[in-house]
Amino acid sequence: MRLEFTDVTVRLGDRTVLDQVSLHVAPGEVLGLLGPNGSGKSTLLRTVYRTVRPHRGTVRVGELDVWRSGVREVARHVAVLTQDHSVDVELDALDLVLLGRIPHRRLGGTARRDDLALARQSLARVDASHLAHRPVPTLSGGERQRVLLARALAQQPHVLLLDEPTNHLDIAHQLHLLHLVRELGTTAVVALHDLTLAATYCDRIALLQHGQVVAHGSPRDVLTETRVRDVYDVTCDVLTHPRTGRALLALDLPPQGAETP
Amino acid sequence: MTATSSELSDASRPDSTTERPSRGRLLVAGLGVALPVVLLVSSAVGPVGVPVGTTARILWAHLLPGEHVADWTAAQDQIVWAFRMPRTLLAALVGASLALAGMVLQAVIRNPLADPYVLGASSGASMGAVGALVAGATVPSLLVSGSAFGGAAAAAALVFVLAQRAGQVAPLRLVLVGVALSYLFSAATSWITVTADHGKLPGLVFFLLGSVSSATWAMLAIPLVVLLAALTHAALRVDHLNAVMTGDESATSLGVDVSRFRIEALVATSLLTGAVVAVSGGIGFVGMVVPHVCRLVVGADHRRLVPATVLGGAVFLVVVDMIARTAAAPQELPIGIVTSALGAPFFLWLLRGHRRRR
Repeated sequence: MRLEFTDVTVRLGDRTVLDQVSLHVAPGEVLGLLGPNGSGKSTLLRTVYRTVRPHRGTVRVGELDVWRSGVREVARHVAVLTQDHSVDVELDALDLVLLGRIPHRRLGGTARRDDLALARQSLARVDASHLAHRPVPTLSGGERQRVLLARALAQQPHVLLLDEPTNHLDIAHQLHLLHLVRELGTTAVVALHDLTLAATYCDRIALLQHGQVVAHGSPRDVLTETRVRDVYDVTCDVLTHPRTGRALLALDLPPQGAETP
Repeated sequence: MTATSSELSDASRPDSTTERPSRGRLLVAGLGVALPVVLLVSSAVGPVGVPVGTTARILWAHLLPGEHVADWTAAQDQIVWAFRMPRTLLAALVGASLALAGMVLQAVIRNPLADPYVLGASSGASMGAVGALVAGATVPSLLVSGSAFGGAAAAAALVFVLAQRAGQVAPLRLVLVGVALSYLFSAATSWITVTADHGKLPGLVFFLLGSVSSATWAMLAIPLVVLLAALTHAALRVDHLNAVMTGDESATSLGVDVSRFRIEALVATSLLTGAVVAVSGGIGFVGMVVPHVCRLVVGADHRRLVPATVLGGAVFLVVVDMIARTAAAPQELPIGIVTSALGAPFFLWLLRGHRRRR
């Protein structure tokens, strides 16, 4: 399903966090959302899962205008893995995953057999079947993150939003997670800090700075040496992966005493 | 990610979640059996003991009018039917209502400390009820219940408004504001009490300590209706309760309108607290402790937690009332003393257990 931001402006207090952002993600495309801390990545995602209402502009998922639809309707189309993994509830992992079925069932309804099968499949997809009957408070940060991703998958979304999903994961699980997101074929927006990971797994990349989109296109087009230096203030050499041919970014700090633009 | 063949076969296996909560089902079933038993025993014990068998026959005769060979005295009949039964049922209703209110609040504001007492609803309700009594109302009446509800709702709304910062309710702030306001309401209640006409004093003290001792059949109607309504609401909103305890953003992304649900929960808990305080005064600890114990046994899934909490609260308060009547007989202890004497050490023990686990 297509995701489209038109002219989205968000102010928090007197700070403009997003400034007339227009961006679209084609059906099935994986968009990497890059940018320094405070550039507005999380806020942009929040305008889609109905947590931050834009002052101006619209967010559309397919034909659905997110802010003119019910929160339940939106949840049937959009799932998110947020950065907040502090869920500390006395539920087993499988029960937490089952919560992903809530938007699809009537009020007061209970989990059905196929809900349960779906929850188990989702756990299996994130390599966490063995955690099914572990209480959530006993899970490590990375395990919890995978279980929450399984919950998002159980929601069977048309648009999947991931806010720095690789944070607590070891390298293998980072790669597995992004590989899985590609394989799903779902429209996805992934906020990332690791530029090489983004270049490796995303179809397109949007680079944010001070709440504005400064570049949007293929990884090679967006992640150029000058642009990375301008946005992140680090020097960057774009290399080519010897086997995959994907971009590989070698980064270091600008030499001391050098003038920063 | 990688799914081995064993994991896939695991996914297609018939569900084991329906087997797993056997402990929870056992508790709910056990409580379901225990409730009528404690109701019966509680109607039998007291300063004038009536044999349990006789008590059962007396109740039977009242519930199923017809030919009965009355092998009991008129005094026994009166003690059981006019005094102990309404009192026992009131204890059950109060326990169930406070426990349910505590459970909802704990889920909605994600704070284990939450209960109607801590959040100021109980003291707001007491203030409302005491105000109505001083103005000349009698218990039970819609005026006292209404004022208690008004007080509870005003307190809860005030706590929510004051605990907000930039549109966000910080759970810790909510508890702090609740504690502060409940002192304020208690002070107001004390002031009303102290300045009240001496003839009204005994009735007012009853509100401050909390008691079910002057229960009559007429007192049961409002709390029963409110409990059934709140229970229906909770049953229809189990998914909301489960979602909301995982956090505001998380619940929103699962399709829950969090602010609206908080208001619903607030109204429900204020109604529960107001209905109960109007007839029994402020009884603490039930609302906090009972949901906690139930959560330890059945887990946090509200599909199991709601029935366990409601039954558990009812059984707990009936037993506490029995202890209050018999422990220092012929003197009767205020029920609040017993709930706190049992509740406080238990809560401390619970905290220790938590610390060890982390």
